[in-house]
Amino acid sequence: MMQFTAIPEPALRLVLCIVALAVFIGLNGLLLVYMERKVAGHIQRRPGPFEVGPHGILTPVADALKLVGKQLVAPQGADPWLFWTAPILSFMPIFVLFLPIEFGPGLFGVQTNLGLLLILAFAGFNVLALCLAGWGSNNKWGLLGAARAVAQSVAYEIPLLLSLLAVAFMTGTLDLSETVAQQGAWPWQWNLVTQPLAFVIFFTCAVAETNRAPFDMPEAESELTAGFHTEYSGMGFGLFFLAEYAEMIVVCSLATILFLGGWKGPFLSGAWWFLVKMYALLTVMMWFRWTYPRVRFDQVLNICWKWFIPLALVNLLATAVLVKVF
Amino acid sequence: MAIEARIKQTPKPETGVLGTLRETAKGLWSLIVGLGVTGKYFAGKQVTVHYPRQTVEPEALTGYRGHIELVGKPKTPDTPRCIMCMKCMRICPSGCISIKAQTEKLPPQPEVEEGPQESQVPPPQPKKPKKTLSKFSLDYSLCSLCSLCVLHCPVKSLQHSKHVYWAETDKKDLTVDLLERLRRSAKEAS
Ligand code: SF4
Ligand code: SF4
Repeated sequence: MMQFTAIPEPALRLVLCIVALAVFIGLNGLLLVYMERKVAGHIQRRPGPFEVGPHGILTPVADALKLVGKQLVAPQGADPWLFWTAPILSFMPIFVLFLPIEFGPGLFGVQTNLGLLLILAFAGFNVLALCLAGWGSNNKWGLLGAARAVAQSVAYEIPLLLSLLAVAFMTGTLDLSETVAQQGAWPWQWNLVTQPLAFVIFFTCAVAETNRAPFDMPEAESELTAGFHTEYSGMGFGLFFLAEYAEMIVVCSLATILFLGGWKGPFLSGAWWFLVKMYALLTVMMWFRWTYPRVRFDQVLNICWKWFIPLALVNLLATAVLVKVF
Repeated sequence: MAIEARIKQTPKPETGVLGTLRETAKGLWSLIVGLGVTGKYFAGKQVTVHYPRQTVEPEALTGYRGHIELVGKPKTPDTPRCIMCMKCMRICPSGCISIKAQTEKLPPQPEVEEGPQESQVPPPQPKKPKKTLSKFSLDYSLCSLCSLCVLHCPVKSLQHSKHVYWAETDKKDLTVDLLERLRRSAKEAS
């Protein structure tokens, strides 16, 4: 008979981790939806959600129940396989993205020395999901949204990788725990000080990566109704939505780890410093969304190809030279 | 002319390497300015009203054009200035106004005798029967708030009200007698 202890420890850790992550993503999703609407409201000089619960705190719960309760409808002529694979494909890799992130001392899913690579590799899955969703839904808005998602990803992926590569050169590792370990507790000991340009490029590209305004062209509401998720109802849409928020958390966590010293802080280092920094970045992302108008398509390509790629390359070369010299 | 002047004021984007850099720097600065604007709004006071918990006083509703209402005479505010010309009823494109007027029954006039005019006093003019407004009803469910009736009233007897919080669950309740409304509000005011 198999003993309980016969389950190998890493496997147990992984299962526990995935359950914990599912809870974490769900709760944060609810919180972010609430935050997003409150930020939008206050920036537009109105209170935002206010009716369900005190100060509308239960509005996202009501939203979630509504989404879960809705009927799933596929349009006529849609490819059922692609259509239903897409939301799942967009959501599933999220778990992998969270695994190597170190939230606090020793608080991570798997110990790997290639954590950064893992995240970058699996983050690209989202584009594939959007592409399938747009193609599978047999809708011109969906298709246009999918085409934009692909073209946009070609534009932002390269500067994103180049900017992260500069940090990897400096720290000499792709291990996220190691990156945090090399930074100190005080702000001037963070990588942000040595790599400010890389941070700006990374953060801008991260906004594009998560398809958020001003780079939300795949789902541009004003011209494409809702782009790739025009035809999705209920939890089909809900999964895309959750995936978008989860990806926001991932990119902000990555920025926190690589540039802002991870869970280290001046006093009482720990997971809560991580959350503070992550949520500060998330707030900035929301602030961007409700401030900037959506850029035009050629403008994204111009920003990425004409500015970010050369700048990131120069930054990378300079980093390489300095690392070699010192 | 004014437009031309404004067009001239808009600076042309600079060209050349230095110019492009300057333009870019200006653009980046504008991004920060934008964040400042929304940040100030975020921290500042909210300007919306929390209806049903809060309402706006009618005096504060400048520029709000609600349903039409009758205007009373300055001395007798419960009598409308309306002279029952029916212009508003005829001009209304949606046919929401219906007016009923009562004509006063006069006692029969005494016959004026024909004969040599001895006295220099002219005979009294036959008295015109007095008309009074008995009903001025508005079907608000049809009104498009086009303002034509207000514009066409020769004696300025119509205006837009500041009655903003009006909702009914039955379409029939949207038909109101404006005359009664005027009397009621005159009574409340006095
Ligand atoms: S505002 Fe226009 S639609 Fe309304 S009652 Fe007057 S004329 Fe008719
Ligand atoms: S146009 Fe003015 S005066 Fe004429 S009936 Fe209408 S309200 Fe009365």
